Amino acid sequence: MEGFGIHIAGLRKRYGEGEAVVNALKDVTMTVAPGEVVGLIGPSGSGKSTLLKCLGAVIEPTAGRMTLGDEVIFDDGWKIPDLRALRRDRIGFIFQAPYLIPFLDVTDNVALLPMLAGQPNDVARRRARALLDALDVGHRAKAQPSQLSGGEQQRVAIARALANQPPVILADEPTAPLDSERALGVVRILNEMAGQFRTAIIVVTHDEKIIPTFKRIYQIRDGKTFEEKGQGAG
Amino acid sequence: MISLAGRDILHSWPRFVLTGVGLGLLIGVTLTMAGVYRGMVDDARALLNNSGADIWVVQQDTQGPYAESSSIHDDAYRSLRVLPGVARAASVTYLTMQVRRGDIDVRAMVVGFEPGQPGEPGYLVAGRQITRSHYEAVADVKTGFQLGDTLRIRRHDYRVVGLTRRMVSSGGDPMVFIPLKDAQEAQFLKDNDAILGERARTAANPALNRPGVPGLLEALQASQTANRNVNAVLVQVAPGADTASVAGEIRRWKHLQAYTRPQMEEILVSKLIATSARQIGMFLVILAIVSAAIVAFIIYTMTLGKIREIAVLKLIGTRNRTIAGMILQQAMGLGLIGFMVGKTAATVWAPFFPKYVLLEPGDAARGLLVVMVICALASTLAIRVALRVDPATAIGG
Repeated sequence: MEGFGIHIAGLRKRYGEGEAVVNALKDVTMTVAPGEVVGLIGPSGSGKSTLLKCLGAVIEPTAGRMTLGDEVIFDDGWKIPDLRALRRDRIGFIFQAPYLIPFLDVTDNVALLPMLAGQPNDVARRRARALLDALDVGHRAKAQPSQLSGGEQQRVAIARALANQPPVILADEPTAPLDSERALGVVRILNEMAGQFRTAIIVVTHDEKIIPTFKRIYQIRDGKTFEEKGQGAG
Repeated sequence: MISLAGRDILHSWPRFVLTGVGLGLLIGVTLTMAGVYRGMVDDARALLNNSGADIWVVQQDTQGPYAESSSIHDDAYRSLRVLPGVARAASVTYLTMQVRRGDIDVRAMVVGFEPGQPGEPGYLVAGRQITRSHYEAVADVKTGFQLGDTLRIRRHDYRVVGLTRRMVSSGGDPMVFIPLKDAQEAQFLKDNDAILGERARTAANPALNRPGVPGLLEALQASQTANRNVNAVLVQVAPGADTASVAGEIRRWKHLQAYTRPQMEEILVSKLIATSARQIGMFLVILAIVSAAIVAFIIYTMTLGKIREIAVLKLIGTRNRTIAGMILQQAMGLGLIGFMVGKTAATVWAPFFPKYVLLEPGDAARGLLVVMVICALASTLAIRVALRVDPATAIGG
């Protein structure tokens, strides 16, 4: 394993106070290397979404340490002043549904992130088209999201997550709405993109079809992670 | 950076345009209401301009002849003509009544004037001025009368010999000009039965029907049927004369009230149409509130329909001010579409209003500003909702 994509150690998240306290995450430790795709699985209520929100810097963990690349971003408190910029520039998100912006065409859905990061529109769009080509949806660059199939929408969502070349991508049940063939296709693409862009990808999933494809899996139970070796060849 | 608001508008333009049209019709009504008020003020000014007077001389302690009734003797103009600074003076009467043409009644202000004197219609669009002493009329085109039409005013018929334009009362009723003597008669003319009764009562009064005074009864009865009063004397001052001074002299020496042009305008605009103005003002306030509520509701529901997209935008790092700007621009865009539709609608339907509707460019500019401010304020509710959206809601679980 070379360097860190993302490293988490002793992460805890507690909701509420006193008798109403809920310890959603008790001791989460995981490491994902650049270019690696790992699965994060667990039953409902085990803390997957809480962990994803902590990793995505949308909620603040109660304690622990998170390192992104070489930089400590959380150590019993955020070490990055601008979490919005952190999410924009260094974390990619893929959601259960594609959640593309319906009033932007495919190119601009992908180009929006580089634009938000301050890149000129033409540069951002060139980057978007390159990603769309790489994901084999370049021919739909001018289409509206509503004109795409579910699989195409999810590939555009992957392109959007990669748009700012983040060191880590968090994928929340990315294959949930897809049939087996398309679900496996998405995983294949995630593996290819992880390798191509040296991105660490964490895939939260319930999907029995794709779990065997991961080389490493983190199982989360009662707020704790347990690493398992997967069956994937990758 | 691309315009998110512009893209959203383009994406759902039918809904946006339809909403804008609905709002625009409301704005059109608002602009029209303002135009009605402007029309009333303009009518009042037109009334003063068209009279050709510098000073209105009326009954003492009244604000006649337009805002209150005024009655002065019809020879008052003679004593006014000789005052220093007075160039011309002429009696006029004003009587608002139903003027009949065949089976059609037209509400009009009948003006009695002396040809060639102040009070005469300043210009004609067809026909000629009145040249005969009786039973000719000049009518404003808004009455719908044509040259050669025969009008019935009280008991007499008048032939329309001339047509004029923009000669209206302060209430917007078109004017019909007839000779002064005819107008004086029409103003106080009793019906035949009333005249007979009055004559009988006078004859039965021993104080007025004394055997030793021949001709007294006839003289009294003649005076009872003739009207020697007019409503006002219109005065034009001589070149170089100070209008206020001349008016002051009239008030001082003639025991009459004299109003200069600014004073008469004040009476008409601030008093005569003040209630209507307040009425219209109330309508404008209500329409502004309704417009604001509609814009707020539309923008709010549009924003609620995009909560998930807003959460995604926030999650991927969009600034709050970008999201707020998107909502604000949409509200402003809606306002702009609404204003354009409203202005067009008001311009199209204004000529069909029975009263004069004056759409001033200044009012349109102020209207646009108010619409934009209202839209900006109305968008704050939606912006508040959008800024409260938790980016975490984009992540399931």
